[in-house]
Formats: sequence, structure tokens, C-alpha cells
Amino acid sequence: MTEKFDAIIVGAGPGGSAAAYSLAKMGFNALIVERGKYPGAKNVMGGRMYAHALNRFMPGFWKEAPIERMVTREKLTFLCNEASVSLDFQDGEFREPPNSFTILRANFDQWFANKAVEAGATLVPNIRVDDLLWREKKVAGIIAGGDKIEANVVIAADGGVSLMAEKAGLKKFEVKQFALGMKEIIELPEKTIEDRFNLAHEEGAAQLFIGQCTKEIPGGGFIYTNKTSLSVGIVVYIDRLIEKKIDSHEIIREFNENPVVSKLIEGGKILEYSAHVIPETSRSRLFTDGMLVVGDAGGLVVNSGITLRGMDMAIASGAAAAEAVKNAMGKNDFSKECLSYYEDLLRKDFVLKDIATFNKAPEFLQNDRLYTLYPEIACRLFHKLWAVDGAKKRAFDELLEGTKGNRTNMILDLLKGLRAL
Amino acid sequence: MNISIEERLGLVSFEVDKERHIKVDTSLCSECDEKTCLYFCPAKRFTLEDGKIKHDYEGCIECGSCKFACPKGVVDFNYPRGGYGVYYKYG
Repeated sequence: MTEKFDAIIVGAGPGGSAAAYSLAKMGFNALIVERGKYPGAKNVMGGRMYAHALNRFMPGFWKEAPIERMVTREKLTFLCNEASVSLDFQDGEFREPPNSFTILRANFDQWFANKAVEAGATLVPNIRVDDLLWREKKVAGIIAGGDKIEANVVIAADGGVSLMAEKAGLKKFEVKQFALGMKEIIELPEKTIEDRFNLAHEEGAAQLFIGQCTKEIPGGGFIYTNKTSLSVGIVVYIDRLIEKKIDSHEIIREFNENPVVSKLIEGGKILEYSAHVIPETSRSRLFTDGMLVVGDAGGLVVNSGITLRGMDMAIASGAAAAEAVKNAMGKNDFSKECLSYYEDLLRKDFVLKDIATFNKAPEFLQNDRLYTLYPEIACRLFHKLWAVDGAKKRAFDELLEGTKGNRTNMILDLLKGLRAL
Repeated sequence: MNISIEERLGLVSFEVDKERHIKVDTSLCSECDEKTCLYFCPAKRFTLEDGKIKHDYEGCIECGSCKFACPKGVVDFNYPRGGYGVYYKYG
């Protein structure tokens, strides 16, 4: 390839495909390079995408995209050994417009990358980018398998462990910034899924678990309903996992065995196991001379404790990167000063706004009491409220007794939580 | 649904490369007290044999944790060459 591209996009995930799709629609010459056999081959996530970002530039995308189920039911479960307390929320308004969809990335990412190709972008799979190409201390392209390919702008969309951002000097890796996600795809008949999760046909549920399931490590469990499978998994902060010397894969194995979880996955067959790190607070600088960083590569993720978001941020940042390339092409200026327009766009849009809104959440979510003490207090309290085994107390007295010795911390944590989340 | 990590990895599709993508300088591992690699790797690719750390790159699911979670910094992390390594069918 001797041709020079307007933009080379490293990675055909949602951020990369959104950038390539937008650039191609604007008439620019965009190349997407993907190291997997096909887009999505290397990509892992819990299983749910919030729809708003993609719906902005591909209205009604779900009518043709390979989505699994539209999520209309949200469940948050505090887990103890034998007991659990759940908040179960269902809302018809999540249908119009759709709030979120469960998806399988191998299918979805191929579809999205093909949309970019249909729009005019070039996609080359099976290529690992080995290095950035530099000219006069500016990023000027990529080096892959000894070949040098030039571009005005390189867009790093290479995921949470972005070697491109690192090579450009935009990112350093620290263990405390990352969580580890592990996941299983468990096959079950469509009818069984709809019965177990109380779902209308083609509608879906998302269930998050806090408490006993992560062995006192900050994090949580999840189940997302697909058409004929469940995405079942665990997310834990890596530094805390190491500190406790617990085998990561043992946690997901035990999650399956939990009495509450095992009833939901019973009779199912594990089809696939996967794992990936999540850049919880691993932010990268987002631009330099000749380069932009989008999605997980830039650490553009939000964990509010209840909503866990990466794909919508990736898609919106990919689209913003395309706008910034367009602006730079117009001025024929690919310096960091000109490309800083990308960050301005993210600040005006929800991406950096939401990250700023939830910037205290990671610290709050590291509080051990959320995963040990509070689920136990909740389970014990509700046990006492419903158990009839002799003399009964009034609910208020049970509440006072159940929280004895912890009330100050509870009130402080509640206030912190309200501010952070 | 109590399956071992070996059985779990048996469910994952791989195109195994002859070239190892992750290089570990194990000469420093004997000085390491934490040996965190025995815990964080979700594919259990690090094992302790006769007091020595061994790393098996085949079966690596490319989660990225060893890039930064080794306290001695002896893991030279890269992705497998294009087309090689894990390929998820569901993801």
C-alpha cells in the first residue's frame, strides 16, 4: 500500500467503526486495521449497549443490527450466602426509544464494521499494528508487518490496553486503574429465559449482583439475557484481587454455584468463556500531533455502580474524532493544537460531561462495606421482618438493632454515595 | 456448572501462533514474594513448578492484565500477530 490515507483507524470495535463510518460518509479515505480474524474476534464486554449514541447517527439501527434483546427490566440484587434482596424495576418507556440492548460482540462488531465498509471505508483484518510511524516527532501513520502506511491522522481505537496510546506517550498503565471482567455465555432455550426472567417475547433483563459473589473484593456480578443464551460474569478490581490472593477464575466458578445464581442458569450449557480488563480510571491523553484516541483506549468509560458504559462512549467519541479530522482536513493542519478540537467536542457532548459527573464514583465503589457489611445487614433485616419464629419486634426496632454500631458509617456512606452516584 | 479452568479454555477458539506474544523474564520471579500472576490471570497461564514461575502463552485469552499487574514488571506484553490468538464466536 503506497497510498496515503486521510485517517487510519487502529481497531474495528465500536469506536473505530463509528469513526470510519462517519469519515467515509463525509467522503474521506479511511482505513480500519484489525488484528483479529474478523471485527469482534477479540472484543469482550458484559453484554449491554445503551442505544442513544448509535441512534443519533443511525436512527432505528436495531431494525437491522444483530441485537439480542431490548432491555426493559433492570434488577439489582444484594447477595448473601443463603439470602438475597433485590430491587426489580421494569419500565415500558425503555421501549420507546429503546434504552439499551443486549448484544454479542462477535456479531455486532462485524455488522458495524461492515456498515463502515458499505459507507466507503477500507477494512483490513488479520493485521497487527506493530508501531506508529513518526515524521518530525509527529505521528504520520502506522507500521504493520514491516509495511509503512501513511495517514494525516491515526485514530487509536485499540481498546483498554491501548499500545498505540502508550507508544504515543499518551498513556501509562497502573494496576489500580483497572478492573478484570470474566464472562461465560450460557446457552438456554428462549422460552426458559423468558420464563425465568419474567420477560415478554424478545424483551430482555439486566441483573447486577453486589455482595457475597466477589469474595469481599470491590466489584460485582452480572447476568444479561440474550435470545438463546445468558451472559454471566464477574467484574473485580485487580489490585484488590491480588491483595486478597484469590484466583480470579475461582470467583466466576463460585458465582455459578451461588444458590440464587445457580437457579437462573440451571440446565444451561457453557458455550464460551472470555475475559478482559476494563480501564475503570485509566485515562489517556486524547490527542497529540497526528493522532486521536477514542473509546476504551482513551479510558472513556463510566461506572456509576448501576450503569456500566463503554460502547456508547466509544461510538460518540469515534464520531467526534471523525468531526475533528474533518475540521483538520479543512485547515490542512494536523497539529495537536488543531486536533484539540476533538476534546472540545467531547466536552460539549455527553462523553466528558458524564465522566466528570461520575468522577467520584470509582472511589466510592472501592468501599469494602458495600460488598460485605451492607448486603449482610439488608439480608438479615429482611430475614427478621419475614421470619416468624417466636416473639416479633416492630420493623423499626429491627432496623435499629440491625444497624447498631454501623449507623454513623452508614449515614456517611449514604451521603457519599448520593454525591458520587 | 462447576468446570475447571482447563475445561473453560477448551470452549474458547484459538489460532495458535508459533511465535510467543508475551515474553516473561522469569529470572526475577524467584525474588518476587507476591507472585500476583498466580491470581490475576483469568486463564491461569502462570503456574508455579518446583518453585519456578512458568508462563504458557498458548491458551492466553488476551485480557491484558499481565501488561500491568506483575509487580516486578518482567512481562513484555504484546498482542499475537495478526489473525492469531483467541477468536471469540460470541464475545
